[in-house]
Amino acid sequence: MGFSCSCSGGSEKALSTLEIGEGGIVSKIVGDGSLKRRILEMGLVPGTQIRVERKAPFNDPVSVWFRGYELSLRVDEANAVLVRPSGCASCPEGSR
Amino acid sequence: MSWTIALAGNPNTGKTSLFNALTGSNQHVGNWPGVTVERKEGRFRSSGEEVTVVDLPGIYSLGAASLDEEIAADYLLRNRPDLAVVVADASNLERSLYLAVQMLEIGTPLVLALNMMDMAVEKGILIDAARLGALLGVPVVPTVARRKEGIEELKERIVLSLREKRSSSSFSLPYGERLNPLFDALESFLTGRPELIPGLSARSAAVKFIEGDAALLAAAESKGLRKEMDALFAERGRKVEEELGYDLQTAVIERRWGFVSGVTAEAVKRDLSLKARLTLSDRIDRVVTSRALGLPLFFLVTWAVFRLTYALGDPLVEILEGVFESLGKWSGELLAGAGFSEIVSSFVQDGLVGGLGSVVVFFPHIFILFAFIALLEDSGYMARGAFVMDRVMHLMGLHGKSFIPMLMGFGCNVPSMMATRILEQPRDRMITLLVLPFMSCSARLPVFVLFAGVFFGAYAGTVVFSLYVLGILVAVLAAKALGSTLFKGESSQLVMELPPYHVPSLSMVLRHAWERGFLFLRKAGTFILLSVIAVWALASFPWGVEYGSSESVVGRLGHVLAPLFAPAGFGFWQAAVALFFGFLAKEVVVGTLGALLGSGEAGLAAALPALFTPLSAYAFLVMTLLYVPCVAAVAAFRRETGSWGWTLFMIAYTTLVGYGGAVLVYQGGKLLGLG
Repeated sequence: MGFSCSCSGGSEKALSTLEIGEGGIVSKIVGDGSLKRRILEMGLVPGTQIRVERKAPFNDPVSVWFRGYELSLRVDEANAVLVRPSGCASCPEGSR
Repeated sequence: MSWTIALAGNPNTGKTSLFNALTGSNQHVGNWPGVTVERKEGRFRSSGEEVTVVDLPGIYSLGAASLDEEIAADYLLRNRPDLAVVVADASNLERSLYLAVQMLEIGTPLVLALNMMDMAVEKGILIDAARLGALLGVPVVPTVARRKEGIEELKERIVLSLREKRSSSSFSLPYGERLNPLFDALESFLTGRPELIPGLSARSAAVKFIEGDAALLAAAESKGLRKEMDALFAERGRKVEEELGYDLQTAVIERRWGFVSGVTAEAVKRDLSLKARLTLSDRIDRVVTSRALGLPLFFLVTWAVFRLTYALGDPLVEILEGVFESLGKWSGELLAGAGFSEIVSSFVQDGLVGGLGSVVVFFPHIFILFAFIALLEDSGYMARGAFVMDRVMHLMGLHGKSFIPMLMGFGCNVPSMMATRILEQPRDRMITLLVLPFMSCSARLPVFVLFAGVFFGAYAGTVVFSLYVLGILVAVLAAKALGSTLFKGESSQLVMELPPYHVPSLSMVLRHAWERGFLFLRKAGTFILLSVIAVWALASFPWGVEYGSSESVVGRLGHVLAPLFAPAGFGFWQAAVALFFGFLAKEVVVGTLGALLGSGEAGLAAALPALFTPLSAYAFLVMTLLYVPCVAAVAAFRRETGSWGWTLFMIAYTTLVGYGGAVLVYQGGKLLGLG
């Protein structure tokens, strides 16, 4: 058909690559040290449902909505958060 | 009986309001030992009990990922307060509870204050406080601290819990059948051995070990148990990690969040009819953080803060200056009239009263700037500003919030150095503090204007502008250089909450501004006063010579130092002395030159060309721009870093950069045939 949806579900990808409005479920936090620990303790643990809420003027940082609040992360921080996308509002139903 | 309790909670939960409501004006502000994080302590009496409240820094967890968290965790573990009140944001309960659960796990007896209940109701969130209390095993008191609701009930509940002496050591989080055997093994290993951290149960220590808690790992190391524990972990833990598919640190934190989610789901009901509604906060953010308007709006806001701070503050400063000048004259004349020697009256007039004056004049700007900063932080806008600005500032190795102190630096370095408190991480704060002196403050402008007018005629404006740009460039380069050398190993993180907007409370804003201004007078005042007196003495002795003249100590020092400045083009003693006096306040350079050249300020235009060429004049301005900021800025720097070592470093490196810059300009200019 030639139509492709940029936020199709399925494979794991970095949170930073999600578009605004796109959501997903956190599958893993990579890396180690204090950044990983901080991300986990802010509530971005495997299984958490998230949605990319907004991006700053140069697409960095990004802001993510989960557990009833909004958290902003630099792109290189959001790279440590792996997400299984669950589609987004701009994707027509059934395109996933 | 007197008790000590701790107040803990996430940022933006109304913790400060609650602290103020609990303790009223009965407060003391200081620093945590060894660090420059603010420590507030207050007191209240209830039912005949005297309770001291220690306000912990606002934190999200006890994971010690930041200095604030380290302080809070350390205080709870080592000082063991009799009880801790956790302030939870009722409209965002889940996130608030994570910290509460962590505190229960280390055995801190708790009372939970469900604050901002009004906001929760507005959002359609209904909380069953009794159910929540039963699930966690702690007393829960709903409050609205901003309106002082529920405060008496909270005090009574605190006293009741203190008298019951309840402990939460019975609390144990269900980590599940995969993790529990591992904890059991570690617990039985630790039981019977010396406690790793006094008062911390073997079970909690086991959990913290698996979690990779830095403080606990260090304790295990120092008690000589680390090796055996690591071996135990390698033997049993690795297998569990393989089964889980991810590491145990993630597993522990994930399960803790799982528990918190479970508790929240049971205790909270949402009115679904309200959930779908786009909140006001969201609508504001559509504009404020948008790609098109985000940055322009941020520049507009910070520019307005800049203009208003100085527009409102300058007249007040002028009044204060006038008052202290008259006071100095009056006291000098009074003492002279009463038969005191000239040395006494001069000391009082120029040293003591003059010195006091140079401390007090900073109060208006600090007060006004911090009122604005409190307004920005309390309303939620500060986080948005940092969000839109972070990318640009991060290029220089700084944080989005660094922009505000940097911009304020164009007015006066003193309040802007104090404004670095908005930065939470020591690295961001230190680098910002170290590059701030290069931002050209308004006191440098009179020097620029004078020299530019005399030597560059029609190009005066361009010359002054070039100095401002040079200051910014040097600051950017210095930030890059410091970030990749002295602060190389220290990570810089954003990971920042964007809290919902809300209307700031005027009383809190004013209180914050007053505290900042007052603390500056108290903490930096002595240093500034003593420095002014020292300069007075150097300029006045040996007694009998003209103040600051060639024969005074300062003058002689100038003669000694003058050859040093020859490579920069201004190797004469008057320039050295003028720069020395510039340490009091940079605009003093103008007055000093006027006095030393015997021409007065008015005659300087005619007198200067005898000493300077346009090239050496520009080199002198580069020096004035970059060398050590005034004594008040040094005092503010010392106060914000809490370190004489860093203060001396700052004095030395800015002066070297200034000197190097001046020499480079002069020698470079000569090579290009400009001299």
